[in-house]
Amino acid sequence: MLLTEDQKKIRLNARNFAKKEISPYIRAWEKAGSAPRELYRKMGTVGLMGMTISQEYGGSGLDFVSYVLAVEEISAADGGISNMMSANNSPVAVAIEKFGTETQKQKLLPFLTSGEWLGCIHLTEPHTGSDASAITTRAVQDGDEYVLTGQKSFITGGSTAQIALIIARTDERKEKNGITAFICSTDNPGYKVLSKEKKLGHRTNDTCQVAFDSMRIPATDVLGEVGRGLSVALGGLSLGRIGVAAQSVGGARSALAAAHRYSKDRKTFGKAIIEHQAISFKLAEMATQIEVARQMYLYAAEKHDAGLDSTYEASVSKLFASEMAERVASAAIQIHGGYGYLEDYEVEKIYRDVRVYQIYEGTSEIQKIVISRHLDKIDL
Amino acid sequence: MKVVVCVKQIPDPALPGELNPTTNLLKRDGKLILDESDSYGVEMALQLVEAAGGGEVSLVSMAPNNEMSGLRTALAMGADDAILVSDENLAGTDALGTAKVLAAAIRRLSPDLILAGVESSDGYTGTVPEMVAGVLDLPSVTFAKQISIDGDTVKVQRQTEAGYDDVECKLPVLLSVTAGVVEPRYPSFKGIMAAKKKPVEALDLQGLGIDLNTVGLVGARQETIRVTEAEERESGEIIVDDGDAHQRIAEFLGELKVI
Ligand SMILES: Cc1cc2nc3c(=O)[nH]c(=O)nc-3n(C[C@H](O)[C@H](O)[C@H](O)COP(=O)(O)OP(=O)(O)OC[C@H]3O[C@@H](n4cnc5c(N)ncnc54)[C@H](O)[C@@H]3O)c2cc1C
Ligand SMILES: Cc1cc2nc3c(=O)[nH]c(=O)nc-3n(C[C@H](O)[C@H](O)[C@H](O)COP(=O)(O)OP(=O)(O)OC[C@H]3O[C@@H](n4cnc5c(N)ncnc54)[C@H](O)[C@@H]3O)c2cc1C
Repeated sequence: MLLTEDQKKIRLNARNFAKKEISPYIRAWEKAGSAPRELYRKMGTVGLMGMTISQEYGGSGLDFVSYVLAVEEISAADGGISNMMSANNSPVAVAIEKFGTETQKQKLLPFLTSGEWLGCIHLTEPHTGSDASAITTRAVQDGDEYVLTGQKSFITGGSTAQIALIIARTDERKEKNGITAFICSTDNPGYKVLSKEKKLGHRTNDTCQVAFDSMRIPATDVLGEVGRGLSVALGGLSLGRIGVAAQSVGGARSALAAAHRYSKDRKTFGKAIIEHQAISFKLAEMATQIEVARQMYLYAAEKHDAGLDSTYEASVSKLFASEMAERVASAAIQIHGGYGYLEDYEVEKIYRDVRVYQIYEGTSEIQKIVISRHLDKIDL
Repeated sequence: MKVVVCVKQIPDPALPGELNPTTNLLKRDGKLILDESDSYGVEMALQLVEAAGGGEVSLVSMAPNNEMSGLRTALAMGADDAILVSDENLAGTDALGTAKVLAAAIRRLSPDLILAGVESSDGYTGTVPEMVAGVLDLPSVTFAKQISIDGDTVKVQRQTEAGYDDVECKLPVLLSVTAGVVEPRYPSFKGIMAAKKKPVEALDLQGLGIDLNTVGLVGARQETIRVTEAEERESGEIIVDDGDAHQRIAEFLGELKVI
């Protein structure tokens, strides 16, 4: 896909930002277990935190292709930060713009797009992830309030975000149609962060377990219609999946760059290892897979921008890109030999970071379910 | 308040530069970018206008081939408009010729304040700003590290080797801004999109009313006679730490008389 001049400028700006404001600090932030809050404000000033949101609400009003290009750039610098950026943009800000009332949009979006506040999404629960309709967090109406009780897990930004988009059950009898989306401040006294997980990668952000302890939310903070919460959470799902494909390409591309650099420096048997065809062919295969994955996520994003359904393309692109990223990161370690296994080399971290792309926003298995169900509908 | 910033657009320093072997001039046919040395002037101008509660930041640039990519970057940062001077007859212009051209463009804008970089990243003669002030018959203060406006007076902290001088001067004045004294803002995506629509007035020498004989190769009083490769630097001494590296580094620095 040929990018427009505007899309190239957006990508370059995101790349310059990532190079100066993120890459140099990654090691320190990984150790600290978080990136500084100020970073997200800076990202907000550039426009990274509300890229597709209309300018009326403080966003940049850009197309979805520009957004995923920027996700790739930020992810090429750090996976964990790109995930915080993604959660804030889509689902949270996108869902508020799409389903919110005028009051909700004016109250929330300017703060989310500026990076002043961060958003997080609460869907997964300890007992259920892939099957979102099996959630049991309950929201019971009490006058003009709802009272939420339950537990959420794996919440990206659960302890740093100010705004939580919570998916909870409002009707026990209706399975899928008994679920509602709520907007809530994480300052709410009923919002209790139970723990911050220790994890393989994405160590620059917080993945949290959160409990709602009879948490009271005004009924005006329902997002969208009561009973339609799954469409709010999953409506933006294909966007989320294309975003994860872009994250995968970002990580893989940095792994390739590192391996390519290293292969020119490292000498064995009298020549640079890139001169061994086994290594140069491996690099060529890595580049090919990355390029194919990038074109696929761009195509899926372009389809979305054109107002066409991109569910199938989003799943295809997420499945391929996320699995590709693990293969490419692993090959990059192989090219580094023993050094690739050490923390001192960036490929070690990339390998840890990219693993999750096959899990969140629908596991690879779930993508295969979606893809196989489309096979009747597409022209094979 | 109206501030004009002189911004030079230069070949991307990240890409290897090339000289034209017959003229010894830097090839400038590719895309040019905003000289980082001038991003500080742009940032300073934006801050001054913000502090003054309003005003206008205009850019002035001279560059070959109507190249405006660098100007668009500065417009995306928040500058309001620009004048770009481009003319085939400018090839080979020296620093004084450049100053005449910039001065003619600046005159059209009647600014209260003119900012420039101390020196550019590619030519770095560090002479253009003062020459512009000379041509315009304005006072100039070099190496500004902090600038504030008080009525019709500008107060400048002028960087020196030992610290800084406090200098006051009546407007209008030309100041050259030291690199690194402010943190240039990133262009925002909104800024990038808005910059496309901001006015850039493209002028040639005739449009500026400049006599062709005073600029370009014909008008240049400076000529590049010879270009030689920079000598390769000897590789430094590597001190391997056998437990006493700190002492040996201290001795080495002592020999160089830096400590
Ligand atoms: C770092 C990180 C960040 C996350 N961030 C968030 C967040 O911000 N918000 C949020 O709500 N969630 C988040 N998640 C949760 C994530 O979305 C879930 O982990 C994911 O959806 C999988 O759910 P699960 O872990 O419950 O696995 P399960 O659903 O229990 O799946 C276990 C295994 O069974 C397979 N499986 C399940 N069903 C089927 C089937 N029908 N056929 C074949 N195989 C099947 C799965 O593919 C998987 O391999 C995050 C997770 C991680 C690791
Ligand atoms: C041999 C030669 C050939 C040249 N050929 C061309 C040509 O073909 N086309 C052409 O356009 N120019 C040409 N120039 C002009 C040249 O690019 C510089 O603009 C000029 O020499 C200034 O020198 P400097 O970079 O050392 O400026 P310095 O004095 O180091 O620059 C200090 C500050 O002055 C301002 N400034 C300097 N130059 C410019 C500029 N061009 N526009 C806006 N602000 C500026 C900036 O604020 C800069 O930070 C030529 C110059 C020489 C010496």
